[in-house]
Amino acid sequence: MKFIDEYRDAAAAKQLARQIARLATRPWNLMEVCGGQTHAILKFGLDELLPPQLALIHGPGCPVCVTPVEIIDKALEIAARPEVIFTSFGDMLRVPGSRQDLLSVKARGGDVRIVYSPLDALKLAVQNPEKEVVFFGVGFETTAPATAMAVFQAARQGVKNFSILVSHVLVPPAIEAVLSSADNRVHGFLAAGHVCAVMGCEEYHPLAAKYRVPIVVTGFEPVDILQGILLCVTQLAEGRAEVENQYSRAVRREGNPAAQKLIREVFRVVSRKWRGLGEIPNSGLGLRESYAAYDAEQKFGVAGLVVEESSECRSGEVLQGKLKPYDCPAFGTRCTPEHPLGATMVSSEGACAAYYRYRRTPVPPAS
Amino acid sequence: MPDSPSFALSCPFPIQDYPHVLMAHGGGGRLMHQLLNQLFLPAFQNPLLARQHDASVFEVAGQRLAMTTDSYVVRPRVFPGGDLGSLAVHGTVNDLAMAGARPLHLSAGFIIEEGLPMAALWETVNSMKQAAEAAGVQIITGDTKVVDKGKGDGLFINTTGIGIIEHSLEIGPQSVQTGDVVLVSGDLGRHGMAVMAVREGLSFESAIESDSAPVAAPVLDLLRAGIPVHCLRDLTRGGLTSVLNEIAEASGLTLAVEESLIPVREDVRAACEILGLDPLQVACEGRFAAFLPPSHAEPALKILRRHPVSANACRIGAVTGRNPPRVLLRSLVGAQRILDMPAGEQLPRIC
Repeated sequence: MKFIDEYRDAAAAKQLARQIARLATRPWNLMEVCGGQTHAILKFGLDELLPPQLALIHGPGCPVCVTPVEIIDKALEIAARPEVIFTSFGDMLRVPGSRQDLLSVKARGGDVRIVYSPLDALKLAVQNPEKEVVFFGVGFETTAPATAMAVFQAARQGVKNFSILVSHVLVPPAIEAVLSSADNRVHGFLAAGHVCAVMGCEEYHPLAAKYRVPIVVTGFEPVDILQGILLCVTQLAEGRAEVENQYSRAVRREGNPAAQKLIREVFRVVSRKWRGLGEIPNSGLGLRESYAAYDAEQKFGVAGLVVEESSECRSGEVLQGKLKPYDCPAFGTRCTPEHPLGATMVSSEGACAAYYRYRRTPVPPAS
Repeated sequence: MPDSPSFALSCPFPIQDYPHVLMAHGGGGRLMHQLLNQLFLPAFQNPLLARQHDASVFEVAGQRLAMTTDSYVVRPRVFPGGDLGSLAVHGTVNDLAMAGARPLHLSAGFIIEEGLPMAALWETVNSMKQAAEAAGVQIITGDTKVVDKGKGDGLFINTTGIGIIEHSLEIGPQSVQTGDVVLVSGDLGRHGMAVMAVREGLSFESAIESDSAPVAAPVLDLLRAGIPVHCLRDLTRGGLTSVLNEIAEASGLTLAVEESLIPVREDVRAACEILGLDPLQVACEGRFAAFLPPSHAEPALKILRRHPVSANACRIGAVTGRNPPRVLLRSLVGAQRILDMPAGEQLPRIC
């Protein structure tokens, strides 16, 4: 398959691994920001190809994982209403709120549906004028343009029975939160390629300069990730701290201006709570006043809901790269994909889920 | 009746965790196995059921017979490469074949929703007739129920099958041994993706056709040729991943497979990539895995490849040793990882 096979080539991967090993002369920690990269690393066993002095730390870039329990509870409350068709990307359905998840709401009769695009949710609203259709707008800058498009179209078409539960977050503030933490031990970043395909690379330059860290915009296939690591390690070896683009087949420096314009039209930057990390200033998107009619929190009066997170789940530390999933006392015992304490165990991009699914133990399985 | 005290006291299933049945309880993953092991098996317990094979083998007057049952619910009713009717025959015939039985007779139970177009029912029944003829079985008894509109999804079919065992092998996970090779009978994931593509309105350059087909003929050929087959399992719900984990668990052995040897067609891989699904977890309806001694691998493959339904049969791995029961997969880049039982149904991902 074109654009897949050449990036999963074993010989190319091994060649890159050898180059990395030659350059990685000191103990360095690299953080891959995106949960999709975390899963690729564990699925293909890329960390096993790396020299022991080079550690990969899994970052906060799983949109499902960082969605606070409070928003999940708001979603559950809205989805349980008889007049509502609640639509969401598939990943969100298993994420635990404080008491249950969306799949349980569905089992009790709630109309919860998986959609592949927010525009499909808008279509449902047009087809079901007697119902209130709500879309769960989750994700980083990658999915925000699609949500923005649905809101924009709804306003243009005058669709009134459609609204969004917004939980969009932004990557650069999360990177900054990790870097500015007192016990930060990350020496370089692999930034998420698809986020940069939308936003471009410009906003990473100030971070690289201020904190003196290399940031390499990286794709998601094994060869992409190893190339990203190689670029990062080369910079560290040469004492550089720049923004580089490994994923140039998808990412232009300026990103996708049309998508950015749409985001700015519909959303404004707001402070957001991150699961396990707490509130980060200017780290998320909220609907602009002119689109307030599409805000599900206001429409269904759940804006005031405040929920405390489980104290047993240590996903906050996992999301900041301070704790490996298998070092959490609950991992694989009181916390499993069937009984998750936190979203990192259920999301298809969550670090705990990746370790549970592919690894279980700190040591790779012997043959 | 979750609040009934008698149910709460006697039901061994941890209902406090799941007061309601979820879709994942039927998804072929870990939750479904929990439901089987903790609710159904203790309730009906007996030595035949405890073997947990696709079909149960028992003896009547010195003759070994196999029996199995399955219910079929699929939306859409017609999909590229098959329909509900042919599926209801193939699935049950294949479960009999997995016990090494020659399928003889089927029953058919229809639960029909009021308002179903008569033409749709006729189309389904006609398709069953043709599939049964092709598989060499007869439908010898049946039942019909009509339920109120809104109480069923158009049409549900249950088929039960009986087959005869004409060899002396014990085919099942308990016969799997260290050193056995693992074969699959063809490329994986076509049925699941064919159905999903139609259901989700995805269109590709050419339609992915379901692999739904009867596999009894190649299996019986293996047995007639005297291949000492240790275990057979069709790769339905939960796909290859689920089946390998079930066998590892039931036999207490470690299985190791090579990702690069597992056949998945290009269009299926592409569709899975788009939806964020793992082709190794996608259901097939005309594919099976076979476990047999390494010295018989080549002759077995030769026999399988003579049949169109298993023309692309190949070897994907081996049983590598005692304990712990688990499945290892060597990835395309050469690293090794666990191939874990899926938790529930696969959910398409965000990005």
